[in-house]
Amino acid sequence: MTAPEVGNGRFQPRRRMRNVLGQLFRALFLLATCVGLAVLLVLLVDVLRTGAAHVSWDFVTAYPSRFAERAGIWAALIGSLWILGFTALFSFPLGIATAIWLEEYAPRGWLTRTIQTNIANLAAVPSIVYGILGLAVFVRWLEMGRSVLAGSLTLTLLILPVMIIAGQEAIRAVPNSIRLASYALGATRWQTVSRQVLPMAMPGILTGTILALSRAVGETAPLIIIGALAFVPFVPNGPLDSFTVLPIQIFNWVSRPQPEFHDIAAAAILVLLGVLLTFNLIAILLRNRYTQRS
Amino acid sequence: MGDDFDRRRADDLVSPAGDRAAGPASETLDEPGPGPAGREQSGAGRSHPQAPVASGAPAAGRGTDEPRTVRPPISLTAPTRRRVQEALIGGTLFLGSAVSVLTTIGIIGVLLVEASSFFAEVSPWEFLTGTRWAPLFVPQSFGVLPLLAGSLLVAAGAAIVALPIGLASAIYLSEYAAPRVRAIIKPALEVLAGIPTVVYGFFALTFVTPLLQGIWPQTQIFNALSASLVVGIMIIPLVASLSEDAMNAVPGTLREGAYALGATKLEVSVRTVLPAALSGIVASFILAISRAIGETMIVAIAAGATPNLTLNPLESVQTMTAYIVQVSMGEVSFGTVEYQTIFAVGLTLFAITLLMNIVSIFVLRRFREVYE
Repeated sequence: MTAPEVGNGRFQPRRRMRNVLGQLFRALFLLATCVGLAVLLVLLVDVLRTGAAHVSWDFVTAYPSRFAERAGIWAALIGSLWILGFTALFSFPLGIATAIWLEEYAPRGWLTRTIQTNIANLAAVPSIVYGILGLAVFVRWLEMGRSVLAGSLTLTLLILPVMIIAGQEAIRAVPNSIRLASYALGATRWQTVSRQVLPMAMPGILTGTILALSRAVGETAPLIIIGALAFVPFVPNGPLDSFTVLPIQIFNWVSRPQPEFHDIAAAAILVLLGVLLTFNLIAILLRNRYTQRS
Repeated sequence: MGDDFDRRRADDLVSPAGDRAAGPASETLDEPGPGPAGREQSGAGRSHPQAPVASGAPAAGRGTDEPRTVRPPISLTAPTRRRVQEALIGGTLFLGSAVSVLTTIGIIGVLLVEASSFFAEVSPWEFLTGTRWAPLFVPQSFGVLPLLAGSLLVAAGAAIVALPIGLASAIYLSEYAAPRVRAIIKPALEVLAGIPTVVYGFFALTFVTPLLQGIWPQTQIFNALSASLVVGIMIIPLVASLSEDAMNAVPGTLREGAYALGATKLEVSVRTVLPAALSGIVASFILAISRAIGETMIVAIAAGATPNLTLNPLESVQTMTAYIVQVSMGEVSFGTVEYQTIFAVGLTLFAITLLMNIVSIFVLRRFREVYE
């Protein structure tokens, strides 16, 4: 009866049990965290093991074929680059303009709030719905057909919300003292934005842009909906040509029952992951260069 | 000493620096005319950096001759070139923002218009309650329930995988992990989130399904379980990162208070931080499930193309998204009922995910614990 009484006197600290429980759950939480990483590792090893033997220069430069051993990804790879280029061309100015307007120009009120909520909602709309929108508006209504132009416009709408949100965060991170100093020197709003805020926010904007674009490169469903073809034995020569992209080529090969096509699908996945990796490296390098200059 | 001090102050008063600071201000106070002109001068200073310094004369000198030679005084009410320019730029930027609004209007408009011509031929009642989906066969049948059940089955499986694992990862990253460990694990999870879904589909079909067939030999090649496991893996990063953000936002004083009462780390995490961050965690759960329902490529590759009203995850099912892909891959001619099913199913999908997003925003706003 030397222990101090707490409450009704039946308080038992049970320290040992609680500590054991604590250790147990600590291990459990760590284990759960490792599940995701372990699957990532297994996935990469699986793709490498299946596909690495099939990646060759011939595979990259050959056109699709009915025979797995002769098939290649040239048309899909070039198609992906076309889509990427046009999507970047459309989405970058639009995304940046919207981010600037929302952060620097928009009056505080219901209109701005509505637009902001709307963008948050759009970011969570399934990508396939954008495909349906693209099919009805770009392919049918504006009569662009199943072209590079229709595809990249669809993907532009898809990645815009992500780009806008990333751009807004970058612009918001610029300290307000910079703006005040600029205004105090007699600069107009646009001079302040274009000469002070944007250069400082650029690294963040570029990173967000490139991450959004790499999402566009990996996107499959919307392009299938607007009717990108699975078998394209030529590369596009202009924005109104039909096209295919790497993910659709992969989907096409995975969907076939023969295991040989699964092997070359894995090889194509390796190329796709390689493209995405290059992209992220460029993002990091670009960001470093900008950070040093400003 | 005293003399030096006084002279220095006197110098300061007439030095160019003093001029720049005090000159224009006093002018505007004295007489309205040259005041705005002084402002104009500072604008012109950009092209002639020497001008204000070179004059070097007392403030009165500048007010008399220079503005007349540079530019006429600005009127503060009439629009100038600069103001017109500013308004144009603001307007252009606003047009950019309008695109996002137009996108929403476009999505809703397209889905409603095209779906309404579908519902002119098929009654909404039949669509919503029918238990057989066979629009591409004769006799046609348009009951969306099998597709809906497929989507929900896959999403439920994905939630069983992703919610506990994602939440546990969030607790570990936010409460337990050392900064160095965090710096490795977080980017790795982001890589997981950046992998294209078609790659996950390949993984589900060629790796997970054979694994499942080893355990349950009756597993069909295309089955709901494989797809939902992999969709679950795909949404782990979403749950983990959003929940972790919510837990990070809980102030440290709450944790310190719990520790002071003798709680262990586990008790602090689960009984103090978790309830405080609950609104953010629930919102992340809802968003993740909505993402699972909208996921397309994994289910199109691994779950199959057989509309199937079943609860057995080892059978092949077809989700709403996989159906839309199937129709788009085939040659369905424009304007037919088969073509319009895309929009009816798309509208159903959009309505479900939109509802879930709105609920998650509501949960976030309504149940958020606000700390100072």
